[in-house]
Amino acid sequence: MHRVLGDRRAVLLLLGPALLVYSLIMLVPTLWSLGYSFTSGNTIDGFTGNGLDNFHRLFTDPDVRHALWFTAKYAVAVTVGQVVAGYLLALLYVFFLKKASALIRTLVFFPVVLPTVAVGLLFKNLFQVGPQTGPVNSLLNAVGIESIDFFGSSGHAFWVLIGMDIWRSMGFYAVLLFAGLVDIPDEVLESARLDGAAGLRLIRHIVLPMSFPVLMSSLIFSINGTLKAFDSIIALTNGGPGNSTSPLTLYMFQTSFTYGDYGYGSTIALLLTIVCLLVTLVVFRVSRRDLTKD
Amino acid sequence: MNTDSSAARKKGRLAALTASTAALALFTAACGGTGGGSASAPKNFSYLTVNENSTVKTALGTLSKGRCADEHKALPLKVESVPQSGLDQKLQLLAGQDALPVQFAAGNAPALTEQLYKSGKIADLEKELDKLGVLDRVEPAAISTIKALYGGKMQVLPYEYNIEGIFYNKKIFAENGIEVPGTWSELTAAAARLEAKGTQPFSASGQLGWPLTRLISGYLYRSLGPDALQDVKDGKAKLTDPAYVKAARQVADLGKKGYFGKGVGSIDYDTSFNQFLTGKAAMLYMGSWALTNIADPKQNTVGADNIGFMPFPAVTGGKGSVDQYPSNVGLGITLGKNTDAKTGDWVTCIAENYGSTALKDQGSISGFKTSTDVKDANEVTGQVRKTISDSKQNVLWFEALFSTKATTVSQTNAAGLVSGSMSPKQFMQTVQDALSSK
Repeated sequence: MHRVLGDRRAVLLLLGPALLVYSLIMLVPTLWSLGYSFTSGNTIDGFTGNGLDNFHRLFTDPDVRHALWFTAKYAVAVTVGQVVAGYLLALLYVFFLKKASALIRTLVFFPVVLPTVAVGLLFKNLFQVGPQTGPVNSLLNAVGIESIDFFGSSGHAFWVLIGMDIWRSMGFYAVLLFAGLVDIPDEVLESARLDGAAGLRLIRHIVLPMSFPVLMSSLIFSINGTLKAFDSIIALTNGGPGNSTSPLTLYMFQTSFTYGDYGYGSTIALLLTIVCLLVTLVVFRVSRRDLTKD
Repeated sequence: MNTDSSAARKKGRLAALTASTAALALFTAACGGTGGGSASAPKNFSYLTVNENSTVKTALGTLSKGRCADEHKALPLKVESVPQSGLDQKLQLLAGQDALPVQFAAGNAPALTEQLYKSGKIADLEKELDKLGVLDRVEPAAISTIKALYGGKMQVLPYEYNIEGIFYNKKIFAENGIEVPGTWSELTAAAARLEAKGTQPFSASGQLGWPLTRLISGYLYRSLGPDALQDVKDGKAKLTDPAYVKAARQVADLGKKGYFGKGVGSIDYDTSFNQFLTGKAAMLYMGSWALTNIADPKQNTVGADNIGFMPFPAVTGGKGSVDQYPSNVGLGITLGKNTDAKTGDWVTCIAENYGSTALKDQGSISGFKTSTDVKDANEVTGQVRKTISDSKQNVLWFEALFSTKATTVSQTNAAGLVSGSMSPKQFMQTVQDALSSK
């Protein structure tokens, strides 16, 4: 084995095809897109170089600032919601429902397999105000509160979106974290209990530190997914009302494909890539800290 | 040993060569487009349209089975529909791959159509129709409307020739003692009376946005005259000027008073029609393409005889007049550069027969002359046809002269304007900013 891996040509032969395919489908388009950010134009008009104009525009464009702020708000709210709800569900599965958790796990996981568009339509109908009053507004009316146009104001639309995305994916994080929790050896939990740790103390001092790596993985998964959220927003609000629920991804898509400005769209894509990289680096750095040594 | 190592080296080279060839094949496949570029002759009379417009595809379907059956046999009609909101993206992608269909809806804004025309993706239709000897089958008024919209060139076919105005429910008006409003203040008074009696005055799709922004341009044309939006394009005026903001305020006030019903931002095109045609709303601002829906008894449960048409009302003291109708040719449908003798036969057949077929079967008025005398399907169709022939001067719609970005910004924010989440000043400022941006 050592002889094979010591041979450069063998290594090249083994890695080469995979590296080539990866380069063609990942690196080449990324670099290609980077190249576009120094141009203006589109596939209809053709492309012309415009130096750093797109980058200058990026820093002065109020729509980018708005989309970046929305992306950050959305990512933080959904990530916290998904991971916290997922962790609480996982704790419920492991410590309360125990072996009887299979049915609940399946039910909670169910929205994960539903198509996003279907979930979007479901929530649209749940919260609709007209032409028919949806169940949520009917409930509000029943307790004497006037109907709310949830998709007519940015504040309400934002929270419906957050609620939908947390509901849609908490089952996935619950299963992921459940796998982490069942890995904690029973002996450790048993000895902690014998030492008098129970309830929140057991979770704070034993369960949380021991499930920390999987919690971090969930966090990275979640934050990267939410920073690039697109389909659920298109399905529920289409970025509206106006552009109030429009994240960077949607603004990039509209700039490139609706307004036909591929160059500037690529510049926005670059900004999104940098944001994702920075956030991942920060999460990695934080995760290196060993909680048990505090 | 040497022989072994040489054989292994050969095998290694072979494997590397195979991998490189495979990668090259992948790369070529990925970058080579669809292969359906414009160079080859079309295999179908392909037509890309939007889900929201069924008139043209239905009429073409009828023609393919009847008067254009031979053309259909030689080059089968193949229709593909996409949601209107996704049309521009689809066109951008297809144009980039040189894979535009033979005939297609050419974008939500004339700006995109002009872009396609300038880059040589669209045929000069005046020249093409002239070459085919059927240019005289097109109404001159339709040609002049197209030229006004599309930079002086005939870039689209007049599958529809529409004027816009307000359709109203005659029965609801009569029951509430309302005369057809002649001025904006009479219109708002009528709306107030209807609202007080529990009838929703207007039905409009806030999801699409344009049925709301059309009211702004209507008010602008009546108050400032037919050049109101040309002045904005030419830089002589701004949407943030007080007279322009006033128009937005008038429309916002209608929303503030609840005249569009609840959740206008979530109302889609079909629902807005349904509300009006089932008698749940008294008025609908729409183009004359609505005659198709009005003539369909499955959709129109109040009956075609109960529907009336009125021009956008006058604004007291304004410079415009009620006989200046917003006109258009509906969704701009055009022909790509990729035409041959068979597509020419199709276009000839369409030019000769489309006008009569669309009017007879669907009550839809097009810019193609009718080849036979067609009796109007109902009173309102006759009224609209007469209005079109009597019309002396036409105006355009709110976003007609805007860029694609400003069009999107205007239409996506219109619901916010009438629901009160955006002030009239903010709305006009946002659209003006989009107009001024690159």
